[in-house]
Amino acid sequence: MTLRTDLAIIADAVPEGRRVLDVGCGDGTLLSALRRNRNVDARGLELDAAKVTAAIAAGESVVQGDANHDLDAYPDDAFDFAILSQTLQTTERPDLVIEQLLRIAPRAFVSFPNFAHWRVRWSLMRNGRMPVTRLIPVAWYETPNIHHLTISDFRHLMVERNIRVENAWFLSGGRLISDSAANWRAEHAIYQIARS
Amino acid sequence: MATLLHHIQHDHIHISAPLALDSGQNLPELTIAYQSYGTLNADKSNAILICHALTGDQYVASNHPATGKEGWWVRMVGPGKPIDTDKYFVICSNVLGSCLGTTGPASINPATGQPYAMSFPVITIADMVRAQAKLIDHLGIDQLHAVVGGSMGGMQTLVWTVNYPQRLRSAIVIASAARHSAQNIAFHEVGRQAIMADPHWQDGNFYASGLNPTKGLAVARMAAHITYLSEEGLTEKFGRRLQARDIKSFGFDADFQIESYLRYQGLAFTDRFDANAYLYITRAMDYYDLAEPYEGRLALAFSKAKDVRFTLVSFDTDWLYPTSESRRIVQALQGAGASASFVELSSPFGHDSFLLDCPPLDRLIAGALNNRG
Repeated sequence: MTLRTDLAIIADAVPEGRRVLDVGCGDGTLLSALRRNRNVDARGLELDAAKVTAAIAAGESVVQGDANHDLDAYPDDAFDFAILSQTLQTTERPDLVIEQLLRIAPRAFVSFPNFAHWRVRWSLMRNGRMPVTRLIPVAWYETPNIHHLTISDFRHLMVERNIRVENAWFLSGGRLISDSAANWRAEHAIYQIARS
Repeated sequence: MATLLHHIQHDHIHISAPLALDSGQNLPELTIAYQSYGTLNADKSNAILICHALTGDQYVASNHPATGKEGWWVRMVGPGKPIDTDKYFVICSNVLGSCLGTTGPASINPATGQPYAMSFPVITIADMVRAQAKLIDHLGIDQLHAVVGGSMGGMQTLVWTVNYPQRLRSAIVIASAARHSAQNIAFHEVGRQAIMADPHWQDGNFYASGLNPTKGLAVARMAAHITYLSEEGLTEKFGRRLQARDIKSFGFDADFQIESYLRYQGLAFTDRFDANAYLYITRAMDYYDLAEPYEGRLALAFSKAKDVRFTLVSFDTDWLYPTSESRRIVQALQGAGASASFVELSSPFGHDSFLLDCPPLDRLIAGALNNRG
C-alpha cells in the first residue's frame, strides 16, 4: 500500500524501533507501515468508530478518542514521537494540543494545510468567499477545519512558545518543494518539532 | 428443575488438592467442568480461554445439555468464525460457584455428604480465575494466546491480566467494567432478596425437599434481564403492545407483551440455573473491584501487564456496564503504558449486544486475535 505523501515523509523520518503515538490515525495506515517497516511500537488515537474498528481489525493498537480531551490519559514521555497529521486545524485549541504532544513525547510531527497558499489567497481575493480547494475541499459551514492556519502562523507559534523546529517539509501537488517562499507556494506543511 | 440439572454429566477434571480462596477459606476439592473446541497445537501456543458471563456456561459452541438450545456464542466461535476453531484451541469452563458441573453451592460437600448450600464459602471473581488457572495447568498450557470475555467474563479476563499477566498474550474485554457500581450491586441485591423471600428457598437447603425457589429465581432473572436490554430496544420490540388480547383485562395477567416476555424468560431460566449459584455468583461480582488491592489506583493494578495486548469494546446502549467504565480501564492502561485498543460500537441491543448480531464486533475480535504480521 502506498502512503499519502505526508505520511510517507513522516514514516521515513521516524527512527527504527521507537515508540510512536499517531493522534488522528484514521484506519491505521501509518501505524501499520511504521510497525511493519520500521519495527516501531506504534499506537493510535482516532475519533471515528468505523476507522478505529478497521484499524483494530487490521491488528493495530488504537483507542477511540479525541485529540482535544483524551491526550491527558497518556503519561509524560510515554512515547518517543507523537504524530498529528492533518488534524491540528480541526482541534479546539491547537496550541494546547501541541503542548500535550510535547508532554507525551519529546518530539512531534505536525502536518497541516497552508491557508496562505497562493491559490487560497487568490480564491479569497477574487471571490471574496471562503476558499474551497483540493486540500480544503469542504465549504465553510460544514468543514471540520475550525482553526485554519498558515505556515507563518505556525512558525510564529513555535517561536512564541519556545518550541524548537528540527525539520520541515513543504508539499505542493503532492510533491516536495523547497522552503523558499513556502508560505506562498506550499499547499501543505509537515514540521518536526521538539521541546527546547 | 434444579434437581434434574444436577444429574447431567459434564466433561470435567477433578482436583483433590484444596483451593485457597480470597475469603481465607479453603475448598477441600475442586471439580472443573469444561468444553473445548479445535486442536491444541504441538507447542501449545494456540489456546484461547473464553470466560462466560453470570448465567452463562461452558457450552459456548455446543448445545446446552439441559435446554437443548445451541451454544451461547455459536455465532462467534467455530470453524471459520471470528474465534476460529480451525486455528485455535478454544476452552470454556463453567465458573467456580456455578451449577453446570463445576464445584458450587449445589455440589456435595465431601465432609458431610450433603450439598454445600449456604455453607459454600463466598467466592470472588479472582477465585473463579484461580480455578481456571488450575484447568490451564492441567492442560499443560503455559501461556494462553488470548483470554476473551464479555460482561462477567470480561471481569475474569481483566483479573487474568492482573493476577497472571505472564500467562496470556492478549485480552479481549467486551461490555465489562473494572468494578461493580452501586447501581450494579443494587440490581443484584433485588435479585438475591427475591430468591431469599421465596419460602421454597428454605435458607438454601431446598435440594432434598423436592421444592425449588423457582418463583424467587424467576423474579431475580426478570429484574436482571431488564438491565441487559436498552430502553430503545424494549420500546422497539414490545412498545405498549398487548399480549394476545385486544383490550386491557383490568386485572393482573400479563396484559403487556413485555410482561409476558419477562415471565417467560424468568421461568425458562429456572430450568437451567441453581438459585444458590445465582446468590454466590452475584455476590462475587459485587465484591469485584480490580483497583481495591492497589489503593484504588487502577493503573497500578495493570503495572505488570505491559506485555499483554488489551482490546476493549463497549456498546453505546449498554447502561449496565457503560462506555465510561471501559474508558476508565483504557485510561488506566494508557497510564500504565500497556498496549490498549478501545472502541465504542453502536448497537440497539443494550448490554446483550455482545451476544447478538454485531458485525463490527466480529471483525474486531478476529483482528485482535490475529498474530501481528
